[in-house]
Amino acid sequence: MARLAGRRTLFAAPVLLVVTFGMFAIAAASPFDPVRAYAGTAALGADRATLDRLRANLGVDQPFAERWWHWLTSALTGDLGQSSVMRQPVAEVLGERLVWSTLLCAVAFVAAVLTGTALGVLAARRQGGWLDRTVTSLAYTLSAAPVFWTALLAIWLFALRLDLLPAGGLTDTASEQVTAGQVASHLVLPAGVLAVSQLPWFTLYVRQGVADALAEDPVRGARARGLSESTVLLGHALRSGLLPVLTLIGSRVPELITGALLVESVFSWPGIAAATVEAATAVDFPLLAALTALATVAVLAGNLLADLLYGLFDPRVKLSDM
Amino acid sequence: MTTRWIRGAAVAAAMAGGVAACSAPGGGTGGGSGGGTSADSVVIGVASEPDTLSPLLGYGKDGNSKLFDGLLARDADLKLTPALAKALPEVADDGLTYTYTLRDGVEFSDGEPLTAADVVFTYETVLDEKTNNTSRTELDAIKEVKADGDDKVTFTLKYPYAPFAGRTVLPIVPEHIAGKQDPNTGSFNTEPIGTGPYVLSAWSKGEKLTFKANPHYWGGAPKVKTLTMAIIEDDDVRATRLRSGDLDGAILPPNLAAAFKNDSDRKTYDAKSYDFRTVTLPTTNKVTGDRAIRQALDAAVDREAMADKILDGAGRPAYGPLPVDDPWFTKGIERPQDLDKAKQILDRAGWKAGADGVRAKSGQRAAFTLLYPSGDKVRQDHALAYASDAKKAGIDVKVESATWEVIEPRMKDDAVLAGGGSTGDPDFALYTLLHSSLAGDGFNNMGRYDNPAVDKALDTGRRSQDEATRRAAYDTIQRELVKDPGYTFLTHIDHVYVLADRWTGLTTQLEPHEHGFASGPWWNLEDWQPKQ
Repeated sequence: MARLAGRRTLFAAPVLLVVTFGMFAIAAASPFDPVRAYAGTAALGADRATLDRLRANLGVDQPFAERWWHWLTSALTGDLGQSSVMRQPVAEVLGERLVWSTLLCAVAFVAAVLTGTALGVLAARRQGGWLDRTVTSLAYTLSAAPVFWTALLAIWLFALRLDLLPAGGLTDTASEQVTAGQVASHLVLPAGVLAVSQLPWFTLYVRQGVADALAEDPVRGARARGLSESTVLLGHALRSGLLPVLTLIGSRVPELITGALLVESVFSWPGIAAATVEAATAVDFPLLAALTALATVAVLAGNLLADLLYGLFDPRVKLSDM
Repeated sequence: MTTRWIRGAAVAAAMAGGVAACSAPGGGTGGGSGGGTSADSVVIGVASEPDTLSPLLGYGKDGNSKLFDGLLARDADLKLTPALAKALPEVADDGLTYTYTLRDGVEFSDGEPLTAADVVFTYETVLDEKTNNTSRTELDAIKEVKADGDDKVTFTLKYPYAPFAGRTVLPIVPEHIAGKQDPNTGSFNTEPIGTGPYVLSAWSKGEKLTFKANPHYWGGAPKVKTLTMAIIEDDDVRATRLRSGDLDGAILPPNLAAAFKNDSDRKTYDAKSYDFRTVTLPTTNKVTGDRAIRQALDAAVDREAMADKILDGAGRPAYGPLPVDDPWFTKGIERPQDLDKAKQILDRAGWKAGADGVRAKSGQRAAFTLLYPSGDKVRQDHALAYASDAKKAGIDVKVESATWEVIEPRMKDDAVLAGGGSTGDPDFALYTLLHSSLAGDGFNNMGRYDNPAVDKALDTGRRSQDEATRRAAYDTIQRELVKDPGYTFLTHIDHVYVLADRWTGLTTQLEPHEHGFASGPWWNLEDWQPKQ
């Protein structure tokens, strides 16, 4: 297991190099003008000399390979550079925002996996029954609903109609302290919406996996031996039914990140999403590179996690073979 | 590590995660009414977040910063009033030197006194080539800034610049803090210290900024103790959170603000503005460069209809760059839509109607492309209405949306639905918009307008200290623009705000193109009195 993790980490280094290099190349080829993005609305009143001066000060005319190398060598020494669009060091931007995005994603992810598994098992138990049909059609409907739309609907229902939950922000808008209770109450809607957007995949996969397992010989054997229904369902069918879900966990990580992007902007959640969009359209190389590297690491870690879980839960898989 | 142990740990971790996830909903305090209901706190929703709070990079350059003060400030009528300076400046040597005497006993919010050295430092840093300030050219006239003792500052100008005092609303920063950092990336950008009525108490990037009243403010401690600016990009979400009671006030598009009109607890404010929407008519284009075409378009557009239909009445027809209720506006140049006149002008100039209803002259069809920045609904509506009005006169305008990256290289040949407007002095908006020396220089004079009479009047208006001479110059410009319209000015847009009705003393200023964060009814928040 340690060997698998170690090997993957070694493999991650060239992947990161290629991904960040590709990011610098693509960003350099994009039609966005970093100088205009830096100046914002002021650019639309600025003269040529001012724009040229900014171009020189920001050093945006260097070839992208050179900028990449410069970024890479300083990043390795711990200096992530200065974000031009945020007017502050990249490390500071990440420090301020990353923790809230991670909290949002983690809570949503755990909620989606747990609820999805529970619903999937319930649906698989009586295939074709009313519960199965309700859960399945709901899952299909949700997978088709854009997360932006679900978010607005949730605000309308829970914040406006029922007045149960706050409509946005990290804490009550008028309050200054960030307290755990406030964050928790403000987290419910965005995390709930994000979880709901991921839910269908887990539900449908678990349902199919468990249903298939229920039809297999070992399960029928277990039933024949008179084991209780819950033992059969949770002990036998769920365990093998979960296997495809483990792979899914890894592959859903990028989806989760893009979903969080929309959710954060609807709920004014002070995470990394807005910074990502701004960094991309502003061709803010240092910030964008750091974010790209982080996203890549998240995806690689997600896949590693899926493989490790596979090894843990499926006795047929030997980690040393992977 | 045995597999069994790891499995156990994994299960435990999953359980812990589950517990955390479940406890989260229970931990909620419930209720979406985060907005303060006490009158000494205000929560406002705005659409955009400042990139920086450092005046050295342009924050608050037109005054109205809650954290900083300039040497001068502007009152409700935009008249200059003393702020950090004791009085309006003494102007000497034919308008080449401006001397300010600082107010006594002003302190920065960290307790350090304000001195003339801070003023000099602020201006010199903004003027520094290495400082990434986009508005540096606004201070172009300055040759030298000098401190004379601790409380006197003298500006020497390169050329006489009549509206110069209007530029000294620029906020002053403390040298003892900002001087020790790189102005482009230093922590002063996010942790500003100023002399203003409020101090920044927290900035949660992407979410909100919180301000606290400065009890030692030289103008007297403000009655409104806390101010929160929540950053909510989406118009609908902002309206929703205002409705849910989370916000006390917000800037809204006119159609969303209309829903709050009959609300007894809230008031709607229509702030008049300099914010014009105009069509640039490039001189280099064979069609738009023809004076007859420009005049015809000017006569053919129905400005009243645009203000009523597109802006829901929250705006006024624009007959030139200056709004109709500006003191510098030339009365009598208002003109209604006149299609017959448009057709006559075109007939006389030899633009004859063709088979498809589009006019042509020596093989050249009266057709051109009008670009507008994509995603801007208001500009899109203006562009479509403009094209439809032009069609009635026999001019074919093809409307096309694009990003600024695409528009910029095409500005010299194609018309653009542009917006702009600066408050304070007619020179601020007109010079960069119309002077031929700035034709096609970045985003200055986008239509490459070239009119010697206008150039001369712009120079006179800029240099003369005499009020009557300046007035005559700006009258000339506005009349010349009617004779030779290089732009078709369409509307001036009102900025609409909705605010809870818990205070007295609320007004709005005539606002520039930029709005929401600094201007709005909260421009003088420090003077508000809570209602009893």
